Amino acid sequence: MEILKAEKINKSFGEKHVLKDVSLSLNEGEIISLLGVSGSGKTTLFNVLSGIYTPDSGKVYLKDKDITGKPGEISYMLQKDLLFPYRKVIDNVCLPLILSGTKKKEARKIAAPLFKTFGLEGTELQYPSQLSGGMRQRAALLRTYLSSHGVALLDEPFSALDTITKSSIHKWYLDVMNEINLSTVFITHDIDEAILLSDRIYILSGAPGTITTEIKIDVPKPRDKDFNLTEEFLNYKRQIVNILHLS
Amino acid sequence: MTKKLQNTTSKTAPLLALAALVLIWYFVCDREIIPAYMLPSPLKVINAFKDNFGVMMKQATVTLQEACYGLLIGIMIAFVIASLMDRFDFLYKALYPLLVVSQTIPTIAIAPLLVLWMGFGMAPKITLVVLTTFFPIAIGLLNGYKSVDNDSINLMRAMGAKRYQIFRYIKIPNALTDFFSGLKISAAYAIVGAVVSEWVGGFEGLGVYMTRVKKAYAFDKMFAVIIFISAISLLLMALVTVLERVSTPWNQKNLNKKR
Repeated sequence: MEILKAEKINKSFGEKHVLKDVSLSLNEGEIISLLGVSGSGKTTLFNVLSGIYTPDSGKVYLKDKDITGKPGEISYMLQKDLLFPYRKVIDNVCLPLILSGTKKKEARKIAAPLFKTFGLEGTELQYPSQLSGGMRQRAALLRTYLSSHGVALLDEPFSALDTITKSSIHKWYLDVMNEINLSTVFITHDIDEAILLSDRIYILSGAPGTITTEIKIDVPKPRDKDFNLTEEFLNYKRQIVNILHLS
Repeated sequence: MTKKLQNTTSKTAPLLALAALVLIWYFVCDREIIPAYMLPSPLKVINAFKDNFGVMMKQATVTLQEACYGLLIGIMIAFVIASLMDRFDFLYKALYPLLVVSQTIPTIAIAPLLVLWMGFGMAPKITLVVLTTFFPIAIGLLNGYKSVDNDSINLMRAMGAKRYQIFRYIKIPNALTDFFSGLKISAAYAIVGAVVSEWVGGFEGLGVYMTRVKKAYAFDKMFAVIIFISAISLLLMALVTVLERVSTPWNQKNLNKKR
């Protein structure tokens, strides 16, 4: 079932045409990636999907509800974790619930069991500054999950982490995604990451940015931890590199 | 270990400097380089401090009351003005320069005017304290509000936050540290403001006491009351520091202390 849909999104800033006729769809439980070089309008598209920007033309639908230019329906997570330093980890995570009117005590009750699922046990009453970079990203993802109505947008969430942390957080991410139902749009410029995590990849390129190709990664989940060393993986990678170079 | 050592040095250094100054002072008086009726020796000042402690304490309750009421009203006005200036950009543009200019008016010049307008009671004192204290607090709050980054605000909007929720959950906690920096300065201003105001006209308080001992040419008592005023200013600032520690437990230095 289609949960999020963007139709023919156009967006310009002054003279600069950033997005041209971008359409995409996200099915329930799916992870899709938007892959593109920097400057292809990934982040602009992202802000349109979350409702922070209103597109010049085109529509965004969440489960058939028109949410074009209406923030508050879909939350996102950035490379910067944006955890608020003055709130304990659990209160950071609960914030979206509190914003929608849940009492603090109730919100904590809802969030508490998820700390285990997200591998964050024991950090509940700490402040964000006491956590490592990887843990902070986990907490940020949990917050995004709690504010999502089943859909989350992740903008290069792991790109600030070092390679070792990154590969362990990828594994963690896929494990968590097995346990919770979260349809995800993932923005990245890391080809390996995109192939590893996604069900489908949209390639965004050119100026103004358009979606040139859609690639289905036909490998069942959960994927083997050596998946990124297989011939199959390399074939996908070769295909993507070729497309990015041609355009 | 080294850190501990550094801490001790940073605490002992000013004390040593102070001790040296007092020694020089003592020496200058002892040798009568400056005549005793102009500069009393530190021993005489200490004696005056001891003898008049009760009197000064009694006067201080009045001064402290004026300072505290003024400070509280100053905080409230600063909060309202800074919050409105943050919310409405035209207010920010209109008022900011005026606020800065208002700070160039010397306190000592308005103090007698206030007495003329409001009489010799507490009202002109409290008003003067409000005028001197609200500015550092308002500026602190404004800086704190403005330093919230746009990504945080956008994220809050994406999570469905209304404007007042952004203010309550993001802007206020973000401004707390700056607010307390402003409050610390204001706490010192509050005492000085109250004393100056009593000085120019009133019936009780440390300022009045100062004018009285001045007229009697009791220099030792003058010095004693100056030290006394410094001490209560420092105490008030320390109180603000404690308050800050309690209300911003997430700050790195406070976290380290807990561990």
